[in-house]
Amino acid sequence: MEEPRWAAVRYPPIDYQALHYYAAPKQKAQPKSLDEVDPELLRTYEKLGIPLREQERLAGVAVDAVFDSVSVATTFKEKLAEAGVIFCSFSEAVREHPDLVRRWLGTVVPPTDNFFAALNSAVFSDGSFVYVPKGVRCPMELSTYFRINARNTGQFERTLIVAEEGSYVSYLEGCTAPQRDENQLHAAVVELVALDEATIKYSTVQNWYPGDAEGRGGIYNFVTKRGACRGAKSKISWTQVETGSAITWKYPSCILQGEGSVGEFYSVAITNNRQQADTGTKMIHIGPRTRSTIVSKGISAGEGQNTYRGLVRILPKAQHARNFTQCDSLLIGDRCGAHTVPYIESRNPTARVEHEATTSRIAEDQLFYCRQRGLSEEEAVGLIVNGFAREVLKELPMEFAVEAQKLLAISLEGSVG
Amino acid sequence: MLKIEGLKASVEGKEVLRGIDLEVPAGEVHAIMGPNGSGKSTLGYVLAGREGYEVTEGTVTFRGQDLLAMEPEERAAAGLFLAFQYPVELPGVGNANFLRQALNAVRRARGEPELDAMQFLKLVRGKVKALGMTEEMLKRAVNVGFSGGEKKRNEILQMAILEPAFCILDETDSGLDIDALKIVAEGVNALRGPERGMLVITHYQRLLDYIVPDRVHVLVGGRIVQSGGPELARELEAKGYGELQAAA
Repeated sequence: MEEPRWAAVRYPPIDYQALHYYAAPKQKAQPKSLDEVDPELLRTYEKLGIPLREQERLAGVAVDAVFDSVSVATTFKEKLAEAGVIFCSFSEAVREHPDLVRRWLGTVVPPTDNFFAALNSAVFSDGSFVYVPKGVRCPMELSTYFRINARNTGQFERTLIVAEEGSYVSYLEGCTAPQRDENQLHAAVVELVALDEATIKYSTVQNWYPGDAEGRGGIYNFVTKRGACRGAKSKISWTQVETGSAITWKYPSCILQGEGSVGEFYSVAITNNRQQADTGTKMIHIGPRTRSTIVSKGISAGEGQNTYRGLVRILPKAQHARNFTQCDSLLIGDRCGAHTVPYIESRNPTARVEHEATTSRIAEDQLFYCRQRGLSEEEAVGLIVNGFAREVLKELPMEFAVEAQKLLAISLEGSVG
Repeated sequence: MLKIEGLKASVEGKEVLRGIDLEVPAGEVHAIMGPNGSGKSTLGYVLAGREGYEVTEGTVTFRGQDLLAMEPEERAAAGLFLAFQYPVELPGVGNANFLRQALNAVRRARGEPELDAMQFLKLVRGKVKALGMTEEMLKRAVNVGFSGGEKKRNEILQMAILEPAFCILDETDSGLDIDALKIVAEGVNALRGPERGMLVITHYQRLLDYIVPDRVHVLVGGRIVQSGGPELARELEAKGYGELQAAA
């Protein structure tokens, strides 16, 4: 297989032989509770502003923390177990629930899907596994914080979420990475399966190291995310806030197979300095009366390049399928770029597909108006950008929305003037 | 409170203000009247520090500070407020959120504690009512989909919340029907006080029936050509600007 070249991103060739495919944090034994976790690791989390304890207490969030490639802490397990929900690291799932893993793994993203998915399928060592049984509403938001912390560690995480008939689960994934000099490859695969009348809500705040102002360092994020709405009236909703990474190559998609199933994609992508993002979604309408909504907000600053690439495909049996796409770009400064590449293929005449796109700038009068009211230029930009992204941010769970708003403002610091 | 001396300013290389001298003491309301294109709005923008309005000569002292050396947000923090002729729309930015951020920015600069959401709501509710606005307007995006009258009321609401030391009202009467004009004027009059100065920029005398100024200045061709008491406004209304324009 070959690396895909069609995305509007540029980077030097990756030396796949030079990557580390597995790196474990230095520890003596697997901890059984947070108290046994290496305090050094806990301090790193605190520096990142996401203390595990506080997360537990304040938000009632169960956190499966992936530090490099081995899970070091899993919390709230008992409460979840009571409801029958399985939420664990992938390695544990392989040991404890081999039948489930065998049944579902690779059924949405097969190993041969694309170059990076093949790489992941060949070498992945851990990740997260969620199984929500029939009729169960998961009693809390599930969250995994991925961290890339070792030098030259390619992370090949794997996530598999299965929602049985009539179940509901909301999964939060957040990422930050400490500063690194060399480019680091991240090629994750996320698979979601929703059966009859099941709903999966998958939210991401991605803040990996974007490289310095000259574009040195930074994460290459080549991720395959796909959800299959297998059952009738099932629903998969992707919400992403992408502020980090030197390169983002990511298309969280929905295969709308079940009759009346629903796919949603809400995205905010920021590119500042030399960041490049080629991101969007694919909505594949197979079943009748399937519906999809795409809201994409791209923000470009500095010399950032931001591409929305989306496919809406209506297959012959998708009677009365509907799609609405809204694609807005905001430009800050005159050296950045915004590109919109929508692909629409309809093979059913009863389908209705709508596409709206806008491109705007932060206007001088908006900045002046805010500053006249006492806000600094950076506060003003943060406010205007958050207003621009509001339709997406309101889809995030509460505890993420606040973090995401701060992140948008921080990501654009120094981009005006 | 505000002292302007020999102020000259250009926009896109064209001189618009051609030597302005004006002093507004605390507690006084001064009106600037003049025909279109005389430099009225430019004066407001120059005082507020808008980009693209280049001061070529002169000084402005505001509460003992060199106003022209300050950034727009520093001027706001020092107590200067400009009610815009055309209030700007901020899509997706909640009106209440914007107001609270602005208030807290100004309070920070004044060394006062910030208000949390509840304290702010309490403060804003009373003011909203007094201006004949609905609380629903606080939930909408700043000025987006507001009628002309609603936008102007929103400016006065911001002024009432921020309680600036000095207010510049740029054609606040334009686009208002008589009922809205009365409400806005009441809102402005409520802010009059011995510690506060105001500069009311207007084309018509109508507004000055409701906000009675201490002094009226006539701006023609970038210069103040005549100053007087409130009666000057009525004279101008009767005679028009023609004579003064011909003289300038």
